[in-house]
Amino acid sequence: MIEITSTKIDREKVLNASAHLEGGAICSFVGTVRSKTANKKVLRLEYECYEPMAIQEIQKIIEQAKVKWPVLAVAISHRIGTLQLGDEAIVLAVSTPHRKESFEACQFIIDTLKQTVPIWKKEIFEGGEEWVSAHP
Amino acid sequence: MEVKIKTFGAARDMMGGKEVMIDIEGNDVAALRKALLGNYPSLENLRSLLIAVNQQYAEDSQSLNKTDEIALIPPVSGG
Repeated sequence: MIEITSTKIDREKVLNASAHLEGGAICSFVGTVRSKTANKKVLRLEYECYEPMAIQEIQKIIEQAKVKWPVLAVAISHRIGTLQLGDEAIVLAVSTPHRKESFEACQFIIDTLKQTVPIWKKEIFEGGEEWVSAHP
Repeated sequence: MEVKIKTFGAARDMMGGKEVMIDIEGNDVAALRKALLGNYPSLENLRSLLIAVNQQYAEDSQSLNKTDEIALIPPVSGG
């Protein structure tokens, strides 16, 4: 399951979608909006996405993970639009036969997603706003 | 050749529109990159600027057609 949503992520749905009968482990990652960034007080985040390409790039990452680990199922929901402090921006769950590869595959997927998938977030903090990572 | 470009994030703010038309001299991604930086010099300030053609990251040597879906991909920050 790959989902881009503008409403609150259904965590249970993501975990259920990653379940597999041959799996002995599901590792999940939840990315949330934190209140501080480099000592600035964050007010909210605004996410946007080039959706058709984002879904294809996520599919590519899942395929890469399947080459490296015995991944049985992956479920990802990424939220876009305006997110408040504490909101969940991404929920990701990976099932594999054993726990070690589920941790490794989960980390690989979230790390790679942050590098290649066309999704952007703007931090709105006290006194300004900035597209994250845009400038050197 | 005039092409239509989708823009996102910091690049959209710099270019002032979700979709912009731009005239390029040549027919590849390198020509588009040159025209973009000529028309919108502030794009130089981005950490990186990738170009996607038909929803796939493209090399500078890739040729473009008028009907291609072209997008500017400033540094991504999902998750």
